[in-house]
Amino acid sequence: MNCHETHPLLHAYLDSELDLMRSLEVEQHLKTCTACDAIKRSLQSLHSALRQADLAYRAPEALRTRIRQNVGSTATETRPRHSRPWLWQWLALGAIGFAAVTLILNPPGISQRDQLANQAVASHVRSLMPGHLTDVLSTDQHTVKPWFNGKIDFAPDVEDFAAQGFPLVGGRLDYLGGQTVAALVYHRNRHTINVFVWPAKTATPESTKDLRGYTVINRDANGLHYCIVSDLNAKELGDFANLLGH
Amino acid sequence: MSATDPQAQFEQVVMPHLDAAYNLARWLAGNDHDAEDIAQEASLRAFRFLAGFRGGNSRSWLLTIVRNTAYTWLKQNRPQTLVSIADEELREIEDPAAASHSATLHHADRDVLRAALEALPVEFREVLILRELEGLSYKEIAEIADAPIGTIMSRLARARKQLQEYLSRKGAIEK
Repeated sequence: MNCHETHPLLHAYLDSELDLMRSLEVEQHLKTCTACDAIKRSLQSLHSALRQADLAYRAPEALRTRIRQNVGSTATETRPRHSRPWLWQWLALGAIGFAAVTLILNPPGISQRDQLANQAVASHVRSLMPGHLTDVLSTDQHTVKPWFNGKIDFAPDVEDFAAQGFPLVGGRLDYLGGQTVAALVYHRNRHTINVFVWPAKTATPESTKDLRGYTVINRDANGLHYCIVSDLNAKELGDFANLLGH
Repeated sequence: MSATDPQAQFEQVVMPHLDAAYNLARWLAGNDHDAEDIAQEASLRAFRFLAGFRGGNSRSWLLTIVRNTAYTWLKQNRPQTLVSIADEELREIEDPAAASHSATLHHADRDVLRAALEALPVEFREVLILRELEGLSYKEIAEIADAPIGTIMSRLARARKQLQEYLSRKGAIEK
């Protein structure tokens, strides 16, 4: 690793955000390079000065009290009065009935799908850490597709959409919903798009969700399920989704 | 009290992080009075949204609400502080100039450090507060600040560089 490669990683190194391999590589370079080591020490001194100066503000006791009072009064406003207990018994019975019907109409599959979307977003965020995005880095679909051979038991369609403004960046293996999946990486301007692909065992209705600021699109095509995650807006990501599997 | 009692749940989910919430509000608002208003409003919003909290990182969840409340407040009361630091225009952190100083900070006075942080643009200040004072991970900060991790990393590098430049102008850093 040279100075040029080390510089952008120094902050992540000092913040303990690098994986072990990278961390060791940075350390190795710092041993031999006094210039980079000096930058590291200056950042360290800034860090310890900020920690030692005790700059964090603490919530005043009066604020704590006020919040508890407010929450208390909000809670009692919305809480039912118990003057007519029979009414509440009937309502409770009705609620139980409603809950039972809801459970029958909305099988737990829905929450599982939410969970999967959550995992997909987490994987997407993790992939953005330095060195995590791709295992095979290539804009050539003929390099990326064979790379998956023997690593997974299905063959994802790999196509470069550079002409449409979504260049292929590469691919990697990832783990979602208890199985190994193919992850294809595309770019749109400064945005990264992760496409998680696995064989569709059951048909899933197409959906677009906004999760913590990320757009998640799920769709089936050609017997494969595509879960597309990006911080790109839903419109453009939808355009991209339409390109897949055609 | 059962765990489903909203007030009891509030005590478990929100109150333990009130210091962190107030700290973020205080650094964004710039004074005690407004920080208390923001922290109080954010806490009440958290109470109303409590049913939607699905477990997981309650600190990040609360800080996200605090940040949104604070930005709404800033937009209404201090629009000039929100002149955004268009990230696109920032040079990448690969730029060696951004990797910055090699000078060592010796005895930095607490007030000088505080003034240095207050002089930073609000998007830079918040990432430093969340990283250095609250010790949050890049991922948590990215969630709270609603920005990609790459952007958070570039803001952190820029923030630290500006902080060093400020301190060096004030003579707190020795070359």
